[in-house]
Amino acid sequence: MKILVCISKTPDTTTKIAFKDGNTQLDENGVQWIINPYDEWYSLVRAIELKEKDPSTIIHLVTVGGADCDPIIRKALALGGDEAFRINAESTDSYFIAAQIADLANKNGYDLIFTGKEAIDYNSAAIGGMVAELVGAPYLSLATLFELNGQTATITREIEGGEEVAIVALPVVMSCQKGMAEQRIPNMRGIMAARTKPLQVIEPAAVDTLTSIVGFELPPAKAGCKMVAADNVAELVRLLHEEAKAF
Amino acid sequence: MSVLVYIDQSDNHVKKSAYEVLTYGAKLAAQMGTTAAGIILGKVNDNLAELGKYGVTTIHQVSNERLNQLDTQVAAKIIADAAQATGATVLVFSQNHSGKAIAARVAARLKAGLVAGAAGLPDTSNGFVVKKTVFSGKAFANISINSPIKVIALNPNSISAVAGEGSATVAELNIAVDAPKVTITAVNKITGEIPLTEADIVVSGGRGLKGPENWGVLLDLAKVLGAGTACSRPVGDAHWRPHHEHVGQTGVQVAPNLYIALGISGAIQHLAGVNRSKIMVVINKDPEAPFFKAADYGIVGDLFEIVPQMTAEIKKIKGIA
Ligand SMILES: Cc1cc2nc3c(=O)[nH]c(=O)nc-3n(C[C@H](O)[C@H](O)[C@H](O)COP(=O)(O)OP(=O)(O)OC[C@H]3O[C@@H](n4cnc5c(N)ncnc54)[C@H](O)[C@@H]3O)c2cc1C
Repeated sequence: MKILVCISKTPDTTTKIAFKDGNTQLDENGVQWIINPYDEWYSLVRAIELKEKDPSTIIHLVTVGGADCDPIIRKALALGGDEAFRINAESTDSYFIAAQIADLANKNGYDLIFTGKEAIDYNSAAIGGMVAELVGAPYLSLATLFELNGQTATITREIEGGEEVAIVALPVVMSCQKGMAEQRIPNMRGIMAARTKPLQVIEPAAVDTLTSIVGFELPPAKAGCKMVAADNVAELVRLLHEEAKAF
Repeated sequence: MSVLVYIDQSDNHVKKSAYEVLTYGAKLAAQMGTTAAGIILGKVNDNLAELGKYGVTTIHQVSNERLNQLDTQVAAKIIADAAQATGATVLVFSQNHSGKAIAARVAARLKAGLVAGAAGLPDTSNGFVVKKTVFSGKAFANISINSPIKVIALNPNSISAVAGEGSATVAELNIAVDAPKVTITAVNKITGEIPLTEADIVVSGGRGLKGPENWGVLLDLAKVLGAGTACSRPVGDAHWRPHHEHVGQTGVQVAPNLYIALGISGAIQHLAGVNRSKIMVVINKDPEAPFFKAADYGIVGDLFEIVPQMTAEIKKIKGIA
């Protein structure tokens, strides 16, 4: 069993977002970088669990980014995984990123490709679906449970207002979310081992970039919170009904 | 050059989010000086011609019953083929559970630039620039799509569906349907609940409710408002409420017209998932709770006293005994 886990570097969830250079760049001043939580907590840990069950499993990690991604990918290796690939290119275009991952996947051949349900920076939730299309595999998104029976997987995924259970033959691409696994903390042995695990830097395949960021905006500031006294609940309800027309 | 809108369905009915994307597609077509059509996969019990009232001229249907079960690979091929057959240059999806999966596949298949999570209509005055939410709702990015074919997946609840007059021509599309590779063996719908991402009003509870046994006050309020119910992450983690109710940066992202937060402090990760709500109301006993900085209306006080009064007042207005 060969698994590819896609890892993305994102700002920490507590980051106060600000922009610079005329709102064209994220102001990285003071930003802590983390592994995208969905990649770390769910897809990577589920892959590790599969390897714990079947030690012949091989886990590859991939990220598309510059050398500043190395600490992130090393941390992912410390949690688990055998070998990592960093495709040396900076891009915010989903198609470009997905095509790089698909290129690696087509060369190496994986039974399973895992992503997080979305990255918490661009929130596009697009990479998994695009990679699936480019490698010609089925795609199960928003998965909460994954069981493997030989070359067949049983996957529970969230749908609007519920969930569905699907059976699919490998290879398959899956995006993972809460329920899939429990967050783990890297231990000392893992951190030491990660130092010597192979991290290959590979140059990107020639792929077109189809979108570009023109600029960023912050949401307009709120007018402020209208406070109502605790002994005047009727006034709050009246405001919601008549002023805000909210119900 | 035309616009093609994917019409999502479940349980043999067109979904509410489809009305929004049809409205969006029609407006975009008018802006581009062209027409918009819809595409629906599978069989439904609704009268599809009526979807013309959202401004689309044609509904293409592939009424193969196999398509009522979603296999994104099969669906994406049909939609991409349909786009090519009808000369569509912009494809519009809802960024909902199935829409985001299909949109990504279609974009890759057509080598079309994708903006997933669009917050409004594109600016077509100089190129094609779409605004989208980024950093979990903490900011927006304006993205230029530079490829000839473009795919947009629109955030649910970011525009209102506008129904006018008109009826659409419903035409069966003759496109080969591949055998699915995914077999769906069970569908478990949570009955009697309003799906969170489709709810106009959401009532949400945090640790301030103290325990699952206290949820009655919240549920009563939700009931009179016809609201969906949500919770903060610690509440989901403690299994006071089911996981699918957890909203925030690492949970469900919602954008209802009205979000009522009860006993939630308003941590940055919580706000990230709810701050696209039009109106936010906070009930918290701590005047320093950060949520008051983000909210539109607030009461500092004990939710166990205030919420039942809210429910009673709303009943009066709605004339419910
Ligand atoms: C990586 C990461 C991701 C996270 N993702 C999320 C996420 O997606 N969603 C999320 O919600 N959180 C998330 N969190 C957690 C977040 O930081 C907060 O801890 C959490 O939102 C707090 O939940 P709470 O407001 O219910 O509880 P608390 O912070 O404990 O707040 C309880 C509030 O209730 C009030 N209260 C108490 N009793 C009463 C009463 N009787 N009447 C009225 N008010 C009362 C208190 O004043 C207090 O403000 C994340 C954290 C991390 C580190």
